[in-house]
Amino acid sequence: MRQERNNIFAGIDWLLVLLYIILVGFGWMNIYASSSTEESREIFDFSTKYGKQLIFIGLSIPVIIFILFFNSKFYEQFASVLYIISLVLLAGVLVFGKKINGATSWYNFGGIGLQPSEFAKAFTALALAKLMSDRQYNLKLLKNQAKTFIVIFLPAFFIALQPDMGSVLIYFAFFFVLNREGLTLSYILFGATTIILFILTISFGSKWVLSSCLFIITLATLYGIYKDKRFFRFNALKILSSYVFTTLFILGISYTYNNVLEQHQKDRFDILLGKVEDNKGIGYNSFQSEKTISSGGLSGKGFLQGDRTQGNFVPEQHTDYIYSTVGEEWGFIGSTLVIILFMILLYRIIYLSEIQTNKFARIYGYSVASIFFFHVAVNIGMVIGLFPTVGIPLPFFSYGGSSLWGFTLLLFIFIRLDAHKKYDW
Amino acid sequence: MKRSFLLIFLITLIGVIYISRLFHLQIMKGSENSLTHSATIKVEYDYPERGYIYDRNGKLLVANQLSYDVMIVPKEVEPLDTLEFCSLLKIDKEDFKKRFTKAENYARWLPSVFLKQLAKEDYAYLQEKLPKYKGFYIQKRIIRNYPVKSAANVLGYISEVSEYKAKQSDYYEQGELIGAWGVEKQYEKELRGVKGKRYYKRNNLNEITGSFKDGIYDTLAVPGKDLILTIDSELQQYGELLMSGKRGGIVALEPQTGEILALVTAPSYDPNLLVGRNRSPNSVKLFNDTIGMPTFDRGLQASYAPGSPFKILTGLIGLQEGVIDENSGFFCNHGYRYGRRPNEFMGCHCRIVGRPVRLKTAIAKSCNTYFANTYRKIVDKYENATIGTDAWSEHAKSFGLGNYLGYDLPSGQKGRIPDGKFYDRGYNFRWGATTTISNSIGQGEVETTPIQLANMTAAIANKGYYYTPHIVKKIAGNTSLDSAYTTRRKTTVAPQHFPIAIEAMHESFTKGTARRSRVEGIEMCGKTGTVENFIRVNRKKVQLVDHSIFVAFAPKDNPKIAIAIFVENGGYGSTIAAPITSLLIEKYLNGEVTRKHVEDRMINLSLQERYDNQLLIQNTDTIATRTK
Repeated sequence: MRQERNNIFAGIDWLLVLLYIILVGFGWMNIYASSSTEESREIFDFSTKYGKQLIFIGLSIPVIIFILFFNSKFYEQFASVLYIISLVLLAGVLVFGKKINGATSWYNFGGIGLQPSEFAKAFTALALAKLMSDRQYNLKLLKNQAKTFIVIFLPAFFIALQPDMGSVLIYFAFFFVLNREGLTLSYILFGATTIILFILTISFGSKWVLSSCLFIITLATLYGIYKDKRFFRFNALKILSSYVFTTLFILGISYTYNNVLEQHQKDRFDILLGKVEDNKGIGYNSFQSEKTISSGGLSGKGFLQGDRTQGNFVPEQHTDYIYSTVGEEWGFIGSTLVIILFMILLYRIIYLSEIQTNKFARIYGYSVASIFFFHVAVNIGMVIGLFPTVGIPLPFFSYGGSSLWGFTLLLFIFIRLDAHKKYDW
Repeated sequence: MKRSFLLIFLITLIGVIYISRLFHLQIMKGSENSLTHSATIKVEYDYPERGYIYDRNGKLLVANQLSYDVMIVPKEVEPLDTLEFCSLLKIDKEDFKKRFTKAENYARWLPSVFLKQLAKEDYAYLQEKLPKYKGFYIQKRIIRNYPVKSAANVLGYISEVSEYKAKQSDYYEQGELIGAWGVEKQYEKELRGVKGKRYYKRNNLNEITGSFKDGIYDTLAVPGKDLILTIDSELQQYGELLMSGKRGGIVALEPQTGEILALVTAPSYDPNLLVGRNRSPNSVKLFNDTIGMPTFDRGLQASYAPGSPFKILTGLIGLQEGVIDENSGFFCNHGYRYGRRPNEFMGCHCRIVGRPVRLKTAIAKSCNTYFANTYRKIVDKYENATIGTDAWSEHAKSFGLGNYLGYDLPSGQKGRIPDGKFYDRGYNFRWGATTTISNSIGQGEVETTPIQLANMTAAIANKGYYYTPHIVKKIAGNTSLDSAYTTRRKTTVAPQHFPIAIEAMHESFTKGTARRSRVEGIEMCGKTGTVENFIRVNRKKVQLVDHSIFVAFAPKDNPKIAIAIFVENGGYGSTIAAPITSLLIEKYLNGEVTRKHVEDRMINLSLQERYDNQLLIQNTDTIATRTK
């Protein structure tokens, strides 16, 4: 224990730190490319986006030291407190927050904005790890399941009120954690089926999807009866309810889609599913970002040479669409490399989580991996036109202090917990 | 590790999917990104001058002229003395307001045309005064100019490229000019040259931020090439003059080269009508004239039954197939009976009764009976009518009939030379030579365009070969013509069979149907044609006045010109078509015409009244159908 006190860097995983430095550094280069102009390339100009990001990166160093300073037991003990603080902040932002782009998700301290939802993810992960690492905890019990869902979705609920649907989506990443800890796959399967049915219904209309679903169920039933004559008698309730629920669900989707969703939300789905082509209006972003990436070719146009980036063709390029800069200036090689770096990061986190002897650290680590995975998959998927427009940042790349610090917090708490593993026994 | 399989699997799956998507976007679609279609680059074009067009003797037919438009950018206009400005442009105040609002409605910050095509003298004066008025400037444009008011159908015209075409092509941008008809269309690439390009960088607000990569992609304009046509402008104009008041087409070829000496269609129009200020009202008038159809090139596009000139071909095929020889004779008893029913009889006007008609006389006197017999013998030589007709069809097609000739003008018709299959379909296999007997004399299902007929005549004049007709003699800078126009194309009829036919055609000028059109000192060979034509009026067949046809070449032994002429509803071939042809040949070979009375009669002969009457007959049909 004394050893650890003397050196806060003892035992930390340098591969993760190295990946962090590479990603943040490369991310900043791309922010620089997308927000600087030919007339002003002055790196230390703090009125610019890239100048500010440099400050944010600089500030993340004390944040890291601060995180590493605490004993890993601290995080385990204070998980609930941190979680409650973040809930309070999330609730508070609804009252005191500043409304930007139709969402109240920012605290404004004299010109500096802070986004509590970026930090809430880390604290929710801590709380979840704390809850699930309890010896009494058994995920098979419905009571525990309910508790777990409340821990996960309470912050999501507040974020939904802002409203910031992109960040809400991230909370579904915790299902991977639950699955890892023993929740049956049926939840995820159910979720996946829901999404697939949703997309099919929107694309092809409820009539077709409904009739083919019912047809499939009927076929399955007939197969069951063919195999075993008593099949229907034993499963009558299940079969009937699957008919009823499928019908209700599909009709429900088409009702929701047509009557509940706002037009701009519908537009996003319609564009992604190719139901409407609109390269000027709402689809402008996706169209431009795809074009920009595609113009990069194999090896890209070179740093600061991307004419679409320099000409500001992609709106919000330094935040959610930063990956399109990578695509244009660094080409297929650069953008593939970024994906591979993220994959290495994720594999490494999962690997380290799995070898943890402490259940708390393992669950937390797994949460971190799931959250990063969701962010990366959704953001890049959106930029390369495989996912509807959802406004969530690309970890370490996107411009913004809150998101950078949020991800730093998430990662370095895990590094801290991991560094501690050898002192645990 | 087993429990974390799902997440690891998903990470790998998503990674692979995304990288393949990137591969698709960047490697496979990446090559689609060309400089001109990039949104970050603005291209400015430098348009070269379009090539000039000359006739075969070096006479200038198409040139360019400068035209000056007054342009306006409404946003930049400052308060001005309207009265003074209006008097400067010679417009009134109302007009000024109207034009200004129009420009404003189009776009306030973009230039639009305020006043089109100033007169040259106005331009010089305005050029000094205009800089005083902010937001106005003068733009120079190059438009076509036609010093000779003739050959509109040959020269064609240029127009703005269509939206569709601009999208399809990788050269044209919307608003650019493109050859739309005639030579202008066919030789667009040569005439237009290549526009120069300059690339500029621009940002998302369309502002230019500098030259793109210091101009390494910029190109210089390549000027258009001049064309020298095979047309003889004198002959062309003379042909147009002779055709005044008539409808039809004349095609004159030089048999030894396939060069088109004249391509006349009547009625035609002054090519200058489709240039300049009044282009749009004029083009509406021209293109909407569905009665006279001045934009329809009758020399290339009108498909008529060839009539009697086709008999020469029937005779030649007969000789080639060996079913007749020079001395074969057939008795003509005012016609040819091919069946027992009273209507199965083809009349004849040769008036040779009681002695056999031989080939030479048959051609010169245009005997129907002779060729009906020959045709029947050709078809019946084979085991069945299908094969026989195929053989006949192959011979006819070798003269360039029945399909596109392949000349270098963008319009045309296939015409029709039916084959066995054609009748098998139509008559369901129950037919024979007599069913299609009208083909023998160029009626029935046979159809040709004037240029095909002229080409056939050239092939006869050459004794068995022709060159594909073409309109361009030389492209400036190019050394040789396309080999398609310098390859000799042989007919399936052997050369030794032609002299008799040529003698016969000569005889038609000395003793035969065209004897009144002979010219002293020129050995002409020709063949008249008179084609019956019908329309349906109130479901009844009504016969209109016959089309007048003539084909000829001269001189007999060293042919310099071959002509086919078609005059719609001109009556007998010998009354209009033959005299006009003889005048043209005389003009071309001698340079002047001595038979002034014939010339005057032909120029002043107008068939307009006849066409008007026919229109009335057709209209009664339409009215009758409507009232039903």
